[in-house]
Amino acid sequence: MSLAVVAKDLSKTYGEVKALSGVDLEIPQGTILGLLGPNGAGKTTTVRILSTLLKPDSGTAEIAGVDILKDPAHAREIIGLSGQYAAVDENLTGRENLIMVGRLFRLPKKIAIEKSDQLLEKFNLTDAANRVVKTYSGGMRRRLDLASALIASPSVLILDEPTTGLDPRSRLLMWGIIRDLVKEGTTVLLTTQYLEEADQLADKIMVIDHGKVIAEGTASELKKQIGGERIEVKVPLAQVEKATEILSKIGSGPVLVAIDHLTVPVVGKGGSKIVDAVRALDSENITIEEIQLRQPTLDEVFLTLTGHVAQEVSA
Amino acid sequence: MSIKARSVSASYAAAHSKGYWLIHDSAVVAWRNLLQFYRNVEAIFFDAIQPIIFILLFAFVFGGAIDVGDSSYRSFLIPGIFVQTIAFAGAASSIGLNDDMAKGLIDRFRSLPMVAAAVLFGRAGSDLLRGVFTLIIMSFTGLAIGWRISGGFFEAVFAYLLLLGFGFSMIWIGALIGLSVSNPQVASTAGFAWLFPLTFVSNAFVPTQSMPDWLQVFAEWNPISSIVAAARILFGYPIDTSTGSFPMQHPILMSVIWIVVITAIFMPLAIRKFKVATSR
Repeated sequence: MSLAVVAKDLSKTYGEVKALSGVDLEIPQGTILGLLGPNGAGKTTTVRILSTLLKPDSGTAEIAGVDILKDPAHAREIIGLSGQYAAVDENLTGRENLIMVGRLFRLPKKIAIEKSDQLLEKFNLTDAANRVVKTYSGGMRRRLDLASALIASPSVLILDEPTTGLDPRSRLLMWGIIRDLVKEGTTVLLTTQYLEEADQLADKIMVIDHGKVIAEGTASELKKQIGGERIEVKVPLAQVEKATEILSKIGSGPVLVAIDHLTVPVVGKGGSKIVDAVRALDSENITIEEIQLRQPTLDEVFLTLTGHVAQEVSA
Repeated sequence: MSIKARSVSASYAAAHSKGYWLIHDSAVVAWRNLLQFYRNVEAIFFDAIQPIIFILLFAFVFGGAIDVGDSSYRSFLIPGIFVQTIAFAGAASSIGLNDDMAKGLIDRFRSLPMVAAAVLFGRAGSDLLRGVFTLIIMSFTGLAIGWRISGGFFEAVFAYLLLLGFGFSMIWIGALIGLSVSNPQVASTAGFAWLFPLTFVSNAFVPTQSMPDWLQVFAEWNPISSIVAAARILFGYPIDTSTGSFPMQHPILMSVIWIVVITAIFMPLAIRKFKVATSR
């Protein structure tokens, strides 16, 4: 399979802070790479370098065969950028925003207008097309921002935390849009703080911390490494010890106890594992006050991979 | 193996020269700035009201107290207010560009295959058009309180062109400031702060002869004074150019020189600053 993005040994230092040290990445055409990490891990720095906004101190990067460091002007024609920092103009209508970006992408005026109307339709913004963006909700703004990035049909799309701060419904809508784009052949680099998002969307996940890649693989490979989903149970205090013993037989790793909350990682089909857990606990007459199956949090991933909790670094 | 990029816009882009795209992209950005301004009713209101207030304030409050010799203070004053208000266009550019940075729009622009400098040229273009709008309002206010253009038609046109040329040069200083400061609040203070001493320590409101000697030297070499003196002459207000420092003897020539020099210094600086500016 041909590679749409190839970056080697990207490094960037801001004063004393090593924002990025020697990151390599490859994205096959038509796939999504999820870049997962806490704030300050180096996600945004990577995005800014690959979208030509920032020059790395060292390293090389090619997007769709274009050397983005030597020929950034050409690279900008084939990259679409959307995310937490790329933005829309609040005082313009949604339609005007798209036409402006289309024209600056060097589309002939007629095509810019046609394409704008198509994207507004596609992203459910037709009704709001002639309203100023100030009146838009957060989800609508993100969709408009993404539409701006897509106006010139870029072959590579860079999405910097596309759903951070969105409500669950808007997030699902955004996921659907991203999946459709990839079906049409777009290659996507996506950064996220949510394991669930990377799991849902990405063909391959790269976990970065302190500017370095600390793990990479498909979602299932990564889950094996970090011990899969978690079952979390709340039981009466008096039964904690007994419950811990039972759960440790079902789980793939040690049971974590926090007062009356027990958390255990499980590998395989989480649904059947939760049934096993309920049966086993019930047969020993343990009262289940609450039970849930959930994805590991970013903190748990980091705890497993690095031995420390994800830290917020201001950089 | 990498795939070859296919871009909708590449062939269209290649069909025109770099100069064409600079003008095209600047026009798109200026169109957007003007749309933004047009939507902002408050900004239009204050843009219109501020010069009117200034003219009325100086004409009626200071008019009686300031002695400018033989002619009425109002005719002396109006060209001074024109220049001050046009100089303030620089502050509008500081604020506008910084606002774009704060909202992430500069990142959006920089991620596009447009000519980078077009963001600044578009800003200069739209701020200059606002300057034209302000000059028209001020001219009518001036005419209403007794200011008259007593020179020739072409001289008056040249005076307006000099004012706009000066506005253009000040926009680049404003742009550099707007791109250098960290947030819009600072931009609105920093954008104006340097303009007050510059416009008041000049011949715009009072004759420089009343100032202490050392200040008088500064005032006469101040670009504002050259433009004001040139505007007075071209609008037909008699001033004495036979004595004084070089700029006061050749105000029109000095105005042109100032406009060229300021633009030649600050335009490249602002463009360079823009290319490394980030939105955070």
